[in-house]
Amino acid sequence: MPELSYRDAIRSTLIEEMDRDPAVVLLGEDIGQYQGTFRITADLLNRYGSRRVIDTPISELGFVGAAIGMAMLGLRPVVEMMTWNFSLLAYDQIVNNAAKIRYFSGGQVNVPLVIRGPNGAGVQLSAQHSQSLEAIYAHVPGLVVAMPATPTEAKGLLRTALRGNDPVIYMEHAALYSLKEEVPDGEFMMPFGVAEIARPGRDVTIVAYSRMLHIALEAAEILAEDGIEAEVLNPRTLRPLDRQTLVASVGRTHRAVVVQEQWRPFGTAAELAAAITEGAFDLLDAPVERVTGADVPMPYARNLELLALPHAEDIVRAARRTLYRETAETGGRADG
Amino acid sequence: MGDVIMPKMGDAMTEGRVLRWIKQPGETIKKGEPLAEIETDKVNVDLESEEDGTLVEILIPEGEAAAVGVPIARLARPGEGEAGRPTGGETRPAATADQATADRAAAAKPPRVKPAPATDAGAAEPVRASPLARRLAEQYGIPLSSIAGTGPDGRITKEDVEAARAGRRQAPAEQAPRPAAATPPPAPAAGDVPLSRMRQTIARRMTDSKQHAPHIYLTVSIDMDPALALRRQLNDGAPDDAKISVNDMVVRAAALALRKVPALNATFTGEAVRHNADVNISIAIALPDGLIAPTVYHCDRKSLWEIAVDARALAERARAGRLRAEDLIGGTFTISNLGMFGVEVFSAIINPPQAAILAIGAARPQPVVRDGQIVAATIMQVTCSADHRVTDGAEVANYLAELKRLLEHPVWLVTSPPAAGRADA
Amino acid sequence: MADRATRTSSNEGVAAGSVATTDRTGIDLTDAVAWYRQMVIGRRFEEETERAFRRGKIGGYLHVYSGQEAVAAGFLAELRADDIFFTAYRDHAHALFRGSPPGAVMAELLGKATGVARGKGGSMHLFDVSRGFYGGYGIVGGHIPLAVGAAYALRYKGGDQVCLCFLGDGAMNSGGFHEPMNMAGLWGREGLCPLVVIVENNQFAMGTPVSQSSAVPNLAARFSAYDIPAERVDGMDFLAVRDVARRVITQVRAGGRPQAVEALTYRFAGHGAADVFQPYRTKDEVETARARDPLAILEARLREAGLLDDARVASIGEEADEMAREAMRFAEESPPPPPEDLYKDVYGNGA
Repeated sequence: MPELSYRDAIRSTLIEEMDRDPAVVLLGEDIGQYQGTFRITADLLNRYGSRRVIDTPISELGFVGAAIGMAMLGLRPVVEMMTWNFSLLAYDQIVNNAAKIRYFSGGQVNVPLVIRGPNGAGVQLSAQHSQSLEAIYAHVPGLVVAMPATPTEAKGLLRTALRGNDPVIYMEHAALYSLKEEVPDGEFMMPFGVAEIARPGRDVTIVAYSRMLHIALEAAEILAEDGIEAEVLNPRTLRPLDRQTLVASVGRTHRAVVVQEQWRPFGTAAELAAAITEGAFDLLDAPVERVTGADVPMPYARNLELLALPHAEDIVRAARRTLYRETAETGGRADG
Repeated sequence: MGDVIMPKMGDAMTEGRVLRWIKQPGETIKKGEPLAEIETDKVNVDLESEEDGTLVEILIPEGEAAAVGVPIARLARPGEGEAGRPTGGETRPAATADQATADRAAAAKPPRVKPAPATDAGAAEPVRASPLARRLAEQYGIPLSSIAGTGPDGRITKEDVEAARAGRRQAPAEQAPRPAAATPPPAPAAGDVPLSRMRQTIARRMTDSKQHAPHIYLTVSIDMDPALALRRQLNDGAPDDAKISVNDMVVRAAALALRKVPALNATFTGEAVRHNADVNISIAIALPDGLIAPTVYHCDRKSLWEIAVDARALAERARAGRLRAEDLIGGTFTISNLGMFGVEVFSAIINPPQAAILAIGAARPQPVVRDGQIVAATIMQVTCSADHRVTDGAEVANYLAELKRLLEHPVWLVTSPPAAGRADA
Repeated sequence: MADRATRTSSNEGVAAGSVATTDRTGIDLTDAVAWYRQMVIGRRFEEETERAFRRGKIGGYLHVYSGQEAVAAGFLAELRADDIFFTAYRDHAHALFRGSPPGAVMAELLGKATGVARGKGGSMHLFDVSRGFYGGYGIVGGHIPLAVGAAYALRYKGGDQVCLCFLGDGAMNSGGFHEPMNMAGLWGREGLCPLVVIVENNQFAMGTPVSQSSAVPNLAARFSAYDIPAERVDGMDFLAVRDVARRVITQVRAGGRPQAVEALTYRFAGHGAADVFQPYRTKDEVETARARDPLAILEARLREAGLLDDARVASIGEEADEMAREAMRFAEESPPPPPEDLYKDVYGNGA
């Protein structure tokens, strides 16, 4: 198995699928001559030409809508969203068209579309460029929401997206592009709606995806030093969501901490917590804890930005609270 | 100036609704005069004034409910001006018909006037426990109220239950177990009949009993021919209001048997078994929309005729919906008789916090072997359900044997019991 | 003739292989009677839907096409069977003119399982992909980028099909118009956007007249910003519309470069069925417009050419009424979608 970075895992999958299927075309801002903001599409214009690697104007509504039209006609467009922050300009197209056309046409036409790009906070990009928007997409029936956390997931989930029939919101994380690991060879696919136990444990289940998976694993290490065996569960896709594995894990550990980078109210953690309560109420020994980003627009100052993001220590404290090893915090935390 | 509070008028009563104010502000009232008509879980009762005075202010209007212990009106004593010092009417808890809200309000702020001390589990605050802890405690048969919670606000956790099971952390508990807050009800469907308050109370109490009291059941057959013969003699020529029923005889026998075997005349408090000094027997009475078990007090000390009079009056009040508050409390043992419906034998659910209940079947002619001959006898089957936390099968068997002996030798029902039996009176 | 046969084969209402005819001014009258009949069917169908709406048989919104028939008819008359089109929510006539069975269209409006979209879309979301109809859409301007992308896909796949995109005058003021039009202009330079944009200028965006919503009231002129050739046509005159459509579609098919046509037309009915009082215009104005009813204009031309007479007009009217009634009967007798359809077709992967 070759060692690949998260970035190369995405790029190589695009190349493999473009080589395999001429219906795959790429659209986005500065993906061609500029080589892509995060160099995911480096050299692809040269390889496939401007008909397949389409540099678009700064028109998120326009090129997402056009990609939907292409998908309806049988192409497999992959839209690069320079960052997901800009997707709000195309939200109508994604929610009102991509997600619904199959349904309101009575199943006459599919929209096999992938929209991919980095989601979440970078470093000091401030309020408009530091958002985690997965919840607003995971809310919408008709969409798939994939949140790859590792190079293997990046490859496996992207290939599944490109071979499927549905619009897929594929959210990368800029902080992960250089992460490396050995990735399975060949036409490896990872099914949607199948969670992974990233680390087994018996005392508390920590649910985390995308970049948060890595701080959850860090937290599990810290907890282990204290004799607390945390199970870390990575849902991989939020829609479809693997409720079964989630509930089964909490059924074993009786305690859960759910982690998200986004704002606390109405977030994915709330849905995950509800799923746990619905499926494992009688088996819970403590309220489900949420570890989330602060409920504020992202500040610029580095110290404030760090305060606004979840850290491993926050997860450790939350896990200890579920085990009654630590009393509930009273104020102070920005995510309250 | 004094507050009139919503009285607790039944074991399980947590709130009552003011149906009607009989007195209006400004009217004078004498002690014992009815002030208002109150609807409780089971009955409508007149709320009688506990003192002379003038009704100053109504705090809970007609149609609204209030938690037990909450002031519902203010009364000025004779000599006090109506404009007496304000007693903080602004702090009155919101009256609401919503049971859960009232419960929460009552739990959140203790009423200014403390309600009469609860004699049973009905008034207990909900026990805080994690769902897992509740499940485990039920599985292990450990009452939650006997476990000290170490979580936030005393929440009982899995660890606490495990510790209690290992005998490490038994806590003094003040209250008997109470079921967890109900899960949200499913959406109503066509054909659903909303639960009446009586139905709700029955549902809650019977579920509580079945979930928390491990029942044991023992049945005996009693030859009723001697008792029936005595009854015929006693009733012969007696005026209607002095006639006694089979049930009256069973009540009397059950009470005397309890004196002999006091283990069944008990209350389970969670931490202890309380042997009750009085023998007060609750008699289950079927009503169109449910079941009620008002109490005949001191059945061990009353004659068969006194019991008959009391039981008849209770039944009339129950059917008229006019039971008094004291009718509904104080029972130490219950008798449920379905014999008049032809039921031969059945098992009853213990009426918590009592420790036992007697289920009486029909007295029917049956062939029995007597002196080697098959002869006809009138046999009544009686089943006693008892709380195994309080007593054991052998004791229940003793009790039933004594009951059988008394009914088969009914002369004991009409003669004074031996002096030794009065030791606890 | 082969081309003509192909063109009309998608339309069950228009006889294939008709003989070419012209009037005395040289305007082509081929199939014009058949299209007159189609337009009458469209009108009577809409009148039937309005009655059904008032009786509560049709739910939600209902936007009828009466008055604008010549626009859709003129363009769809020139569309090849393998061409495709998109439109907004005033879409009943487009489906009928393209040959969707009137019963299936009416059933969709009544929310029945036999509807063109199985009762999932309703009036605003008619679809008949088998006939190249890629949908009616309910968000003003939201379907325009889809048509641009679809046009790209047609050419990317190597065919010579074209994509029509019908839109209203109001949609031209939405962002959904400008971003994709700019992209269409860019892609057209490479011959990669065989798109015909048809602005159905019915004078009102709901109740706001064009003069109050567009800084440049000449809507065709606004396409120059995106290097898209555009022209205007009398949208009440079927023959004129068809003439322009034939030329424009031929050019776009050949060059893969988008073109636009602003058809000046008028909506006789309210914006939607709920637009009863129409405070934004006078009855006189509507009456004046009705004097140029597209059905009457075409009828006069065909009478003049000797292709229609009283008897034929009457029989077409009766036939159209009967078709509308039959469509309603079919729709009413059709079953509603089964409950298990609720969760069907949310995902193509069957997830």
